[in-house]
Amino acid sequence: MVVGSVYERGAHPLDKYLRVTRLPHIWCPGCGLGIALGGILRAIDRRISEGMLKKENVVFVTGIGCSARTSFYANFDAAHTLHGRAIAFATGAKLAKPELDVIVIGGDGDIAGIGGNHLIHAARRNMDLIVIMITNFVYAMTGGQVAPTTPQGIYTTTTPHGNPEFPLNVIKLVSSLNPNYVARASVTHPPLVEQFMYRALGMKGFRFVEILSTCPEVFGRHVGLRDSVTLYNTLRSKVVVKHNPGVEESEPDWEKGLVAGEFLVRDRPGYLEMLRRR
Amino acid sequence: MRKAFISGNMAIAEGAIIAGMKFFAGYPITPASDIMEYLVERLNEVGGVVVQLEDEITSINAVIGASWAGAKSMTATSGPGFSLMVEALGLAVISETPLVVADIMRTGPSTGVPTKTSQSDVLQVRHGAHGDHIIPVLVPWSVQDAFELTVKAFNIAESLRTPVILLSDAVIAHLWESAVLKDPGEIEVVDRKKPMVPPSEYLPYKPDEDLIPPMASFGDGYNVIVESLVHDEHGYYRQDSDTYRRLITRLTSKIMSNVDKVFEVESYYVNDSKYVVVSYGSTARAALAAVRVLRSSGVKIGLLRLKTLWPLKPEALREPCRNADLVFVAENNTGKIVADVERFVKNAEVVSLPLLDLEVPTPDEIVEGVKEWL
Repeated sequence: MVVGSVYERGAHPLDKYLRVTRLPHIWCPGCGLGIALGGILRAIDRRISEGMLKKENVVFVTGIGCSARTSFYANFDAAHTLHGRAIAFATGAKLAKPELDVIVIGGDGDIAGIGGNHLIHAARRNMDLIVIMITNFVYAMTGGQVAPTTPQGIYTTTTPHGNPEFPLNVIKLVSSLNPNYVARASVTHPPLVEQFMYRALGMKGFRFVEILSTCPEVFGRHVGLRDSVTLYNTLRSKVVVKHNPGVEESEPDWEKGLVAGEFLVRDRPGYLEMLRRR
Repeated sequence: MRKAFISGNMAIAEGAIIAGMKFFAGYPITPASDIMEYLVERLNEVGGVVVQLEDEITSINAVIGASWAGAKSMTATSGPGFSLMVEALGLAVISETPLVVADIMRTGPSTGVPTKTSQSDVLQVRHGAHGDHIIPVLVPWSVQDAFELTVKAFNIAESLRTPVILLSDAVIAHLWESAVLKDPGEIEVVDRKKPMVPPSEYLPYKPDEDLIPPMASFGDGYNVIVESLVHDEHGYYRQDSDTYRRLITRLTSKIMSNVDKVFEVESYYVNDSKYVVVSYGSTARAALAAVRVLRSSGVKIGLLRLKTLWPLKPEALREPCRNADLVFVAENNTGKIVADVERFVKNAEVVSLPLLDLEVPTPDEIVEGVKEWL
């Protein structure tokens, strides 16, 4: 098999963090999830090589959706749980075994839609977790329904006359709960993904990183950007990277741009430390 | 061992501690809240964590996560909260996660009468979660029983890698009685099986001959996979009938082949009885009193008190009723377990005594119900 022979060479420097026997992955051509996972793994690799992180303590916890499939391929302890419940599962794992470094990865529907309440309360507690929300603005795995992040007016399979709802600005929501870290990256700027993930791995408390991503197969089709290169370049042209932007700048504005950067960087004690202080 | 005058809910908490529980997550709900309130002090003393989370969905999912992190884990709730937990119970079944859910039944449907008792959730706990599964259900009738069945619930959960329901009710929850709290050594405490092979040879869902896969925890270096999808022995998602059939058959067989470990029944005066009452939980207390009243007036009647509601063991119900003409099933609901008794007991007529009481049923109600048939 041609594809198999590529993986058997073991040529990729991140192979040690991948369950290569499970490849090829299920993600569509042009999907941003591979870039997102690559950035996350490179940050983990840097922290491990610095002696700041132990591979056996890393746990990937995911819910359901395309983004949740990252737990299939990452070669750590992994949990592919229920739709929306990854943060809840991760909270229990972290509290029961504090030495674990628990990383939740999910899509915008998984984390901010069905899992929104867990997101709010984990952020409020400053729970010692990293939550990565990979935003593709749509429910992709189920075939293209409207998501809490879908921009107004967009056609989806459940908004055939255009989305009448206001989208949720998850960065603003999470920031209002005062966790330790809130950042937005984009797969169109891969070094940002790695940089923000690297920063998050070195911190305590609740750390939230949104990664804007491309879904040509579903979202791209809805907005008339089915070609993956065109979609990628369009998203890239909309992303404005700023140094320490204010939370009010996080509002997605498809005319003026989508601001990426670190919106909140704090050093408050995490939940585990507060629990021990009692 | 120490003797204590405590409530049924406190006995559940003490049983959990003796069983080695190290993680409890819950959400306030009458009549279960005092388990969490009691544990928040007691579990801390033995190095465990108690956390109140934002709802019952979070609580049980956190309990599953904690169990995979290596801690014996539990939550407690009542009907409305249990309704929110059933999806995650399915996750615990398919990922073979040991955990205990104490469900303290109150009156339903919906909000019902939160402070009053009921037994109307006995089929919900069995069948609430979607998909094929068998979840053991234990049902205490006293404070001592609440303590011992909690320990047993953890032992079943850990040895068979399954969720277990401890199904109490509002009467037993807040009933105060003397109980003997046994220590480990005086009462059996079982831990889950750990892998004996190095990580390179470990398959997270490969069972031993007893159908139970050894369980590595997060952080042990075994790269475990917790998988909610139908999976093979690697924990890899598969969509073929063979894998599905093999998995579901094993998940149900591992419980049924251990039915003797799970199923327990107590009998009172059944040997010479022409009439048998089958009952469980707080209603069984009234049933025993009713049986004694009837026997004192010369009626040859006995009691079968179920300690396990699921899975049932047909011969353990059939055999004690072999000489009976009439079998009465007394339960504080519209009659739910009676269908199983009818299914298993063929030689006698089975009569449902559905009691719809907000308080503990009285012996008189059961005596009157039986007398109508004598």
